[in-house]
Amino acid sequence: MSAPARPMAERPVMLITGTRKGIGKYLAETYVKRGYIVEGCSRGEASFEAEGYTHTSMDISEEKAVKAWVSGIARRHGRIDCVLNNAAIASMNHVLLTPAATANRMLAVNVTATMLVCRDAAKVMMRRRYGRIVNFTTIVDPIGLAGEAIYAASKAAVVTFTRILAFELGDWGITCNSFGATPIMTDMIKGVPKEKIDAVVNALAIKRLGKPEDCVNVCDFFINPLSDNITAQVVYLGGVS
Amino acid sequence: MIDRTVAMEIVLSALREAVDQNGGDASGVNEQTVIVGPEAVIDSIGVVSLIVDIEQRLEMDHQVSVTLANDRAMSQRNSPFRTAAVLADHILATEREGAVS
Ligand SMILES: NC(=O)c1ccc[n+]([C@@H]2O[C@H](COP(=O)([O-])OP(=O)(O)OC[C@H]3O[C@@H](n4cnc5c(N)ncnc54)[C@H](OP(=O)(O)O)[C@@H]3O)[C@@H](O)[C@H]2O)c1
Repeated sequence: MSAPARPMAERPVMLITGTRKGIGKYLAETYVKRGYIVEGCSRGEASFEAEGYTHTSMDISEEKAVKAWVSGIARRHGRIDCVLNNAAIASMNHVLLTPAATANRMLAVNVTATMLVCRDAAKVMMRRRYGRIVNFTTIVDPIGLAGEAIYAASKAAVVTFTRILAFELGDWGITCNSFGATPIMTDMIKGVPKEKIDAVVNALAIKRLGKPEDCVNVCDFFINPLSDNITAQVVYLGGVS
Repeated sequence: MIDRTVAMEIVLSALREAVDQNGGDASGVNEQTVIVGPEAVIDSIGVVSLIVDIEQRLEMDHQVSVTLANDRAMSQRNSPFRTAAVLADHILATEREGAVS
């Protein structure tokens, strides 16, 4: 689909966290091209410009910043249709070498911030009794990857949070699902040794790296208006379950 | 800034709507109406909807952006949502603090 001729008021509004780089940037560029109004954020400045895309520089683990971000969007557009909670941080370290501050920071950004964005966006979605929330997890929890215990634990928390959130928001027509990618070549995993990534990929049913396109494909399914009966699910790439 | 009369009006009109939607009789709703606990006029999901509805009315109609279920509120011994009057006072206190947490 190319750029829309639809008036602004009819264009669905999508929030995506972590859009400066990596998967989030790809998601933002893809959905804005398809005619969504995309509201993105990250701590850094925007790394691209597009009609229909607005970037806010903020830290999603700050409660007041999230509230102000979502309020501003609600005032400007009067609606929120979809939320893709993509932003996250990882620290690949043996647990015996992990300081408490690193663990706490990962939990704050990956878990609490996801909850904050869901909470404030859901309040806006409730007005129209419609919403689609997709929270990003990872395969490293189900495959039990050594060296990523805290990161995996934070993403396991995202899955549980999302599953229960689905029950808390179901009455308002809001669906909540999780999506877990296989390794995708972004900055997040650039420090992971190649042999380790190869070993993960070779243990998959589909033995290839993940691609940002795979992420869009799964999000497309979850955010489809016809997916109103698809909630509390988690989809992993590559055959992981 | 809103004053107490406005806060009270927002609470009462949102509460009447909530009771109405629950199939109850909203005509008796007043400042003393109980919102939380055994004598409450709405159930616990009704309270969630009511609080969100009030936040949205404050935001849309008065450009007041507050999170009513904030840390201060949730750590109080008595719920700041227990009656319409207590809730209206809580809205004013939260707005004064400019607090979301
Ligand atoms: N890449 C993989 O192999 C892989 C595999 C499975 C799952 N995932 C998941 O996919 C998602 C995206 O990962 P990625 O590989 O694209 O990561 P990435 O390249 O490191 O990008 C992370 C994005 O999040 C933003 N961000 C980080 N902390 C933030 C904060 N506190 N507040 C606001 N924005 C913040 C970053 O921008 P700033 O630095 O400007 O804040 C950046 O735009 C994550 O949830 C990740 O767990 C990735």
